[in-house]
Order: sequence, then C-alpha cells, then structure tokens
Amino acid sequence: MLTEKYITGFCSINNGIVAKDGINIFAHESDLSGLLLAAYQHLQLTYPKFYKMDNLSKLGWLAAEFLLKDTFNKTEYQPEDIGVILANANSSLDDDVKYWESIKDVASPSLFVYTLPNIVIGEICIRNHFKGEQAFYIQPEFDTQFIAQQVGYLLDKNIMQACICGWVDVFEQDYKAVLFLVEKKKTDKSVVFSAEKMDEIFNKD
Amino acid sequence: MSNINEISEPEVFVVADNILSPLGKTTAENFAKLRQNESGVKQHTDVAISPLPFFASLFDKGETFVKADEHNYTKFEQLLIASIADALNGSGVDVRDKKTVLIISSTKGNISLLENEVVTDELKERVSLSTSAKLVAEHFGFQNQPIVVSNACISGVLGVVIAARLLRSHQYENAVVAGADVISKFIMSGFQSFQALSAGPCKPFDKEHDGLNLGEGAGTIILSTNHKYAQNIKVKGGSVSNDANHISGPSRTGQELAGAIKNALQEANFTPADIDFISAHGTATVYNDEMEANAIAISGLQKAPVNSLKGFYGHTLGAAGLIESIISIQSLKQALVIPTIGFTEAADPEKVNVCAAPLRLKANNFLKTASGFGGCNAAVIFGK
Repeated sequence: MLTEKYITGFCSINNGIVAKDGINIFAHESDLSGLLLAAYQHLQLTYPKFYKMDNLSKLGWLAAEFLLKDTFNKTEYQPEDIGVILANANSSLDDDVKYWESIKDVASPSLFVYTLPNIVIGEICIRNHFKGEQAFYIQPEFDTQFIAQQVGYLLDKNIMQACICGWVDVFEQDYKAVLFLVEKKKTDKSVVFSAEKMDEIFNKD
Repeated sequence: MSNINEISEPEVFVVADNILSPLGKTTAENFAKLRQNESGVKQHTDVAISPLPFFASLFDKGETFVKADEHNYTKFEQLLIASIADALNGSGVDVRDKKTVLIISSTKGNISLLENEVVTDELKERVSLSTSAKLVAEHFGFQNQPIVVSNACISGVLGVVIAARLLRSHQYENAVVAGADVISKFIMSGFQSFQALSAGPCKPFDKEHDGLNLGEGAGTIILSTNHKYAQNIKVKGGSVSNDANHISGPSRTGQELAGAIKNALQEANFTPADIDFISAHGTATVYNDEMEANAIAISGLQKAPVNSLKGFYGHTLGAAGLIESIISIQSLKQALVIPTIGFTEAADPEKVNVCAAPLRLKANNFLKTASGFGGCNAAVIFGK
C-alpha cells in the first residue's frame, strides 16, 4: 500500500529573491555573498556556525531555515525519521576552487571540509537535529522523477516520515536553491507530492 | 506494517564484482594478495602529491587501465571503465537493456584537473562527475541516465543501498554500482591540513592508532533481482543516518551509526546474532575508531569479529565501501575472514573484537559499515 505524500512547504532562493510557498519574502540586490548575509540577517538569528560555511552550505542551510520557519513542527517526528535528499550539478566545485587557491599559501582545513557536496546536508541536520536518511546526488539537471521515486520509496517503506528534498547548486555567482518539505499529512496549503509538481515549482523562478 | 508492497519485494542478488587496486586487477587477484598479507600501502616520495614523503596505496605513476583509448579518458574514468568491464565479463547482465542502471560513487572524481588548469567553462564541465558518468555509460552503452552519488566516505556503501532499493521497488532489474577515487595533491593536502594522516602505515582499532593512509582504487558490484542468480549472495538490508553533531568529526556516542545498523538488521529480519563478522570503516583515526567501537558495542555486536581493510588499501574514499564489501563477499565464499593489518593491541577491547589473524569462519552474513564527513553513516548487510 502506498502512502499519501504531500509537499507541505517549499522555498526557493534564486535571482536575489527568497520565496516561501510561492510568496516572495525577501529580496536583495547584490552579489551572492551579500545576498546570503542579508538573508541570514533577515532571519535575526544567532548561529555563529553560519559564518564558517561555504556558499553552498549557506545557500542550502538558509533555504532550509526559511522552509521550516514557523510552519514545521519537528516535535511531531523522531530525529531518525526525518531525511534530507539533495542534488546539484556543480557538486562542491565553488569551494573546491577556493580550497585549491588556499593551498598555494597554507592548505585550509576549514575550506577543505566543504569540498564535499553532502556537507550542506550535515549543516541542515546539525541545525535541525535531523538524523535520518540522506543522499547527495550529482545530476546535470534537477531530475525530479528520480528524486520523487527515491523520496516516495523511503516514505512508503516507513524508512522516514518526513523529508527535505530538492536542489542546491552554486558556482561563483550562479546559484539556485529550491527545497521541498514532504510529509505524509495534508495541510491547508499542501499539494500532492509528485515529480510534476516539483518541476512546476522548480521552473517557476 | 505488512502489506502487498512488502510481500512482492524481490530479493537482490550479487551477480559479479571487481576490485581494481594497486594489489590487483580482479577480485581474485586482490583476495589472493590479502591472503598473503600483502599490503598496497607503501612509502611514496612524489612532490606532485606532497612535499614530504607519505604512506599511501597508489597505482604506479603513468599506469593506464584502458587500452586503445581514443577518448582521452581521465585516470578516474579509466579506473571505472576497467573495473566495470571486468565485473561485466561473463556476468550475463546486458548493459544495453533498459532494465539495467549504472550507479557511480565518488567523492572527488576528476578533481585533480583543477590542479594544473585555469577554471573555464570547459574545465568545469570536464571536472563534473556527471560528465565522467556519461562517458562511462556511453563507453558500455547503458541506456538509462547514470545515477551519481557523492556523499563523502559513505558513497560506496550508499551506492549499494540505493541500488538495492531501486531493484526492490522494481525500477530496474540490474544495477551496476561502481566507485572510484584518485589521490592527488588536492586530496592529500586536505587530509594533511586536517592532520588526519598517519606518519606510517595505519593501525586501525589499535591502541597506537594515529591517523589514516589514503589509497586509490575502484570497485564494482553488479546486483540483480533476476532469479537465475538466486544461489548467489544477497544484499539483505541497508540504512543511512546522520550524526547531526559536527561536519568534520564523528558522533561522540556512535548512537547514530548504531541506528543505521539497527535499521539494516531490521530490514534483513536479523538479530545481532545473525551477523557473523563486520567489515568496519576502521580508518585508524582515533575519532573514527572510537565512534565505530561505540556503535558496534551499542548494537550488541561486541563479540563479532571485526576487520578493517584500510591497512591493505588505505582509505579509498568513494571506492572504499565497494572494495571492502567485495573482499568480505569473498570471505563468505571462502570461509576466511581477512585480518586487520596494522593492528596489534585493541584500543577498545570490551567494545570490539578486532580480527588480528586470518580467521577460518563458516559465515553466513556480514555487516559493512562506513562513516564520513558531514556526519554521515551507512550500514549494509550481505548474506547467503
């Protein structure tokens, strides 16, 4: 028996705009670093780890913050039941180049640790205390069919009960993040989880 | 929760495999070297990789793995191609069948290309794991878009877990899971900056463990749900978890890896007593080994013989989970558990039963674990 699955929220950071559930909540005209910092300040948080992150982690972490803020009640779930399944095209290349530049002087462990794309998953998990399934895929373009199949299977099999899935990609000034919160419950604004729905939301920006 | 979905889930069989490492070009060659206690880890002096001499398991410089290469495949791609070609040879699996999928596991793929060139759009494309996966898929004629997983040091085990799930959910009938990584200055300097490397051959789970050795290699496991392989070893269960603790240090408690082990056991319908031996991640860093020892003890597996193969291969990153699973599959077949080279006296004797000498063991099932940066953990169980 297949479980009913819903997108109970989504968040995008693209073209200088942070939007949640299709509504623009924050806009900032500047380079990527400026946007990320301004978005962080907009949240009015004290989370010093943010400043240590590379741009890929900052982008994914922020998208998750906006996605979950005020609407996600994590106490409804066990930490082990929440998963994070992400994909992108450029892996950690943005930080790879920066790390390689650094080694001409002294190799920086704080840059090296971000030379893995899945670190952004780690950052989201640390922040939200998520301990469930995870995977980071490298895809030429966001493969919503594949992600929907993977997430659907893990939810159907009760391997997880809720999931953040989506796309987080950065290289220099090119970036895009679109994250989806997928749960097994209907809410006021929820839509049925499907590849087509993810495509529609992803391509809107 | 029992339902039709579960009842109709097929079993996943291991069809064939390959290890391509400095110790040999086939699984048989590799297992023979391990039986003779021969390690690939040696001292190297190569300023292109490190200003100081270092211990690692590396291929000979300039060695090529694909004959008559008209495509200028990189070393990374050559390793994948050669490993997949050997695994496929005689396997009966048709890569041109729409029912067959290719899964590639790697942490850094072609990253060494960054070292000598300016970053242009062309180089960006060439470095991309998707490009390598496409080239490898085209080389063999796979019909489906390959799946690429890059999840730090669990990439290899995760590749197997993902493949098993895709097959169980009837998405495909066959999966070719291949992993590889190549050691260059980029990776070496990073591990050096972390002070994660041992100055000598690594000593997994030993009192004196003081860091890891890096290694290069490729591994391929072909899986299928086709009943013609029903007599083969099976993938019984698998699971993945996150520590939610620290991006570059493992959990202090091991609770989260233990969680992945518990879920893998549950999927296999096993109790801890069903696990005959464990192929641990065992990198020989103090943090990793302690965390893993804790996880093994929490899981009620402290009596099960444990080995780490890092003393033979070094840490082969995205290939590690595959190479170490394949050796352990041979251990099931040949009733011989390979010892942990470099180990003499246990750092955590109450928590892990480290296998120090070759062990004759009629084993039915083994557990393979892996953990990596970003707080990721994975566990997979293979069995008869």
